[in-house]
This record gives sequence, C-alpha cells and structure tokens, in this order.
Amino acid sequence: MTRFLFHRLWQSALVLGLMSFVVYSLIGLMPGDPVDLMITADPKITAEDAARLRELYGLNKSIFERYGNWLAAALSGDFGYSRLHAKPVMQVIIPALGNTVTLLGLSFALALAIALPAGIAAAYRPYSKTDYAINLAAFAGISVPPFWLALMLIIVFAVILGVLPAGGLGTLGAGGIWENARFLVLPVASLTIASIGGHTRYMRAAMIETLRQDYIRTARATGAGEVRVVFGHALRNALIPVVTIIALDFGYLFSGALITETIFAWPGMGRLIYDAIMGNDFNLALVALLLATLLTLVGNFLADVAYVWLDPRISFREVER
Amino acid sequence: MSAPGRKGETVWALTGRRFLKHRLAVVSLGVLAALALAALSAPLASALLGVDAGAVDLFNRFQGASWAHPLGTDEIGRDILVRLLYGGRISLFVGLTAAFASAVIGTMVGLLAGYYGGRLDAFLMRTTDGVIALPLLPLLIVLAALDLGKIGLPEAVATSEYISLYRIVVIVALVGWTTVARLVRGTALALRERQFVLAAEAQGASALRIMTVHILPNLASPIIVATTLSVGNVILLESVLSFLGLGIQPPIPSWGNLLTNAQELIFEAPSLAFYPGVLIFVTVIAFNFLGDGLQDALDPRATERRG
Repeated sequence: MTRFLFHRLWQSALVLGLMSFVVYSLIGLMPGDPVDLMITADPKITAEDAARLRELYGLNKSIFERYGNWLAAALSGDFGYSRLHAKPVMQVIIPALGNTVTLLGLSFALALAIALPAGIAAAYRPYSKTDYAINLAAFAGISVPPFWLALMLIIVFAVILGVLPAGGLGTLGAGGIWENARFLVLPVASLTIASIGGHTRYMRAAMIETLRQDYIRTARATGAGEVRVVFGHALRNALIPVVTIIALDFGYLFSGALITETIFAWPGMGRLIYDAIMGNDFNLALVALLLATLLTLVGNFLADVAYVWLDPRISFREVER
Repeated sequence: MSAPGRKGETVWALTGRRFLKHRLAVVSLGVLAALALAALSAPLASALLGVDAGAVDLFNRFQGASWAHPLGTDEIGRDILVRLLYGGRISLFVGLTAAFASAVIGTMVGLLAGYYGGRLDAFLMRTTDGVIALPLLPLLIVLAALDLGKIGLPEAVATSEYISLYRIVVIVALVGWTTVARLVRGTALALRERQFVLAAEAQGASALRIMTVHILPNLASPIIVATTLSVGNVILLESVLSFLGLGIQPPIPSWGNLLTNAQELIFEAPSLAFYPGVLIFVTVIAFNFLGDGLQDALDPRATERRG
C-alpha cells in the first residue's frame, strides 16, 4: 500500500512540476510582457529605459533561467505580486479559493443527492418508462451549454420573475445569512444541473451491471426484500466505479466553476484565472492555474486511493499498470 | 438488446436494422441532416431575404419577428436568422473537423501504445493520464490567448481573418484525443495476441502493415462511436470558448460568440440569448443520441455490458 501511494504521489509531483514549466512558458507566449505594459501606462519611457527595465527584471534572459529564478522564489514561498490587485498573489488567491470551495462543495453535494437516487431508480427497471424519462433528462443535462443554461436562469429568475439576484456576492453584515444565501442559488443551480446528467448515467450503468450479478440472484433466492437487495447488497458494489469516475471529474468541476463564476460575477478561482489571463496578470495567472492543477491532481490521487480501499479485489499492481 | 441475425442477412443490414430500433437516434440523424442543410444554404437564405449577414442597420435595432427578419434583428440591426445560419456553418465545421483530428491523433497514439507495449506504452499512457488530469478549460484559455506571432507563425498567417477558426480546431484536437487513445490502446492490446495477428506476423508482415491492415479495421466501431459522441463535446467547448471571447472572433459568427453580447443585453433583448443556445443544445443532444444509437448498432456487446 505505502509503495503504491508513494509511486502515485511521485507521479503527481512529476506532472505538477512539468505543468509548472509548461504553463510558465505558455504565459511567456501571451501578448505583451510586463515592460510593454509599463510603456503603455507611461509613454515617456524611452527605448533605453525599456531595455534597462528588461535587464532589471531579467526579461532578456533565457526561458530556462527565468523559470529557474521563479521556481527558486516560489519554493521559498514568494509567489510575487498581482498586477491587477496590487497585492501579494497569495493574498488574492486565498479568499477566492474559499468562495470556490463553497460553490463547488454545495453543488457537488446537491448533484450527488439527486443523481445517485435517479441513477438507481433508472437501473432498477431498465428500459421502463421511468428509465426512459430519467435517461432523457440526463442526456439533456449533458448536452445543455452550461453558460447558456446560466443565462436562461438569469432571464427567468432575475429578469422576468425578479426574485433572485443576477450575480455578485452579498455584502457581509448586510441583510443576514439568508439575504447572502440568495446570491448562491442561481450559480449553485446551474453548476448542479450541468453535472447531474453525467453522474446519473454512471450510476445507472454501474447499478445495472451489479444487479445482473449472481450474488444478487442468490440474495433474492434467500428471500431478501427488494430494498435490502438494492441498498444492502448492490449499492456498495455499484458505487465502486462511480466513486472513481466522479472523483476523476474533479478537473471538469474547475472548468464548470470558471464558466459559472464568470457569468454570475462570483469572486472565486475560476473568475480569478479568467480575469488574470485577460488582464495580463502573469504572476497571478500562473499561480492560480498551478493551484487548480494541484487540486485536480489531489482529487485524482484520492480517487485512486478510494478505488483500492473500496475494492479489496483490485491489487495495487493492477492499478499501477 | 442485440437483434439476432437473420438468415442471409449481411452485416450492414443487421447493423442498419439495429440502428433503426433506436428511435431517438434516427430522429437525431434527421435533425442533424436538416441543420446541416440549413447551414449549408445560409447564402441562399441570405439572398432570399435580401439581407447580408454583416449588414448593419442602426435604424432597425432590436426588431421583433417580421417577414423581412423572421427572427428579428440584433443590437446593431443585423438579421438574427441569417447570422444563426452562418454561425451554424462555423460551429458544425469546428465540431466535425476537430473531432476527426482528435480521432486521428488518438488512434495513432493508441495503436502505437497497444501494439508495441512496454516502455512506449507506459510513456504514452502516462502522458494520456496527465492530459486527462488537467483542469481543461483554464488551460485552454491560456492556449487561446497565446500570441501566435511569438511562436514563429508568419505575420500574414497569425493575423488572417480565419486564424481563430484554425486555432480552435488545433487547440481542441490537442486535448481531445485522450478518450480515443485509451479506447484504441485497450482493444489493440487484446487484438495483438489474437491468432490472425500472430499469423500475419509469422508471414513476415511489417509492424505498420499489421497495425493498419489487421488491427485498425477491427477498431472501427468503437472509434466511430467515440468520435460521434465527441462532436457534441467539441461544439460545446467551442461555444464556451467563443462565449468567453477566446474562440471564434467576430465578425465571423459562431453559435458561441453570438451569445457573447447577449449577456450584456439580457434585460433589453432576452430573445437574443435564446436562439443560439437552443441550436447548440439541439445539435449536441442529437450527436449524443446518434452516438448512443451507433453504439447499439455497431457494438452491441458494449451495450449489453453497459446495460
């Protein structure tokens, strides 16, 4: 077990290290550099000044040298300054991370609470009317453009009915918790709907497969009630693949957060990354992207651990392969 | 679900019969054909209505539906229907070409990994896992924001009108190949131990010949199904990137970038936000049903396994 975990951790660290270099180089390829931005801000800067500034900031060095310097600083805890927010990068990222965790956590829990029972209900009688209806809804959920769904929710609830705010984050201290919670309703709803479809189909497929197994027939033959068969015998086994697939979708959640947060002006990581890239805030974009990658890798790592832990039949060697 | 073959029935007739049983897939095929036809005839619609796709008419902004403008006009008086049709050409083109390109890359990677095995397999599959593990959309945004001049593309290419179109196809293909690669690798791994492959090897067939002539045809079904399903995903991805202002650049219309302005105008003209989204939704769901139907028809064992 320890050997497997160690191997997995080492692999994740390698991916993260590689990604830090790739993202660093990519960001260097975006339009403009910090000195260009200064020239735009202050037309009095001469060509010699610009050259001197590039020298000062090390922008004339090779990409490897610059990356090495950045990495050394980052490893000692210095991630640089955010240009847009005029604050150290970490001070900008931490509150945004908190907001994203609230949003993702709520919609993740809500999506599972709806998708798992729906998947089980569909699987219990495959190709019945119930299954057909659930399947249709799941396909619709997978196929709806997430940002368009968000726009439609805004049109219905904020424009036509006028019962919920179209975006933003409530002011703390004003209006109490319920007043602030109203700002969460539409973002959470659109993120939840976007992920229910996939989860439902995974759950349905796994449950159908499980209900076909011999031990289920045995359980029925011994006179176990249907509730006991489905929830006592089948559910735990059916959950094994579902847990792994859902945990592997972690990176996908981040993509959803980016869209939802941008549309609803929710000050989280997704919107932060988008704004940083659009606003040429190189330091912030780099660290935020790497943090998103790190969190995704942690999610994948936990998925591997959960897989082995849930299913003792799987040997570690098999997973490594 | 698999229908037993009738006597004297060819494989294709059997496949066709199984496909026709999936009613939603058949309807979807019809819907997609109609959409493609409508998109292809965009210039015709433009000529019939006597309006140009890019013609600005500031006196007729936010018009409702009329004979001259069946779906009304947008914030600078352009005809919505004609722009939707032209947008459909772009969105469908991106969806089909990027899905095809992803399938080609994925097939090559999967074949090499599955046939050669060993270190090459380990390296390619770890790379695949790495790509799958990444937070996709944030990274795509970086790729879409790159200055193409800085990576050595000639000025004329980097600033040409349709560069955003090619760029998005390349970006999607760069990240979209993983599903097909895994699928192909898994099947190729099993196929290379089969007797017909061993026989070909014994006769001295080259590795390239075994991969392309003996293994690849047996992979056609899963590749076709996965590619069909991925067209829908690509169209969604293109629409998201274009919506965020990083995909297809105006004035070229795509279903995604038609929605970009719609958010700011959501109070004045909610219907502007409605139509493009409906078209994306219908197209994507149709491709998903089509993929599902093709899976039932081409790969019935997989369906039995999945239920």
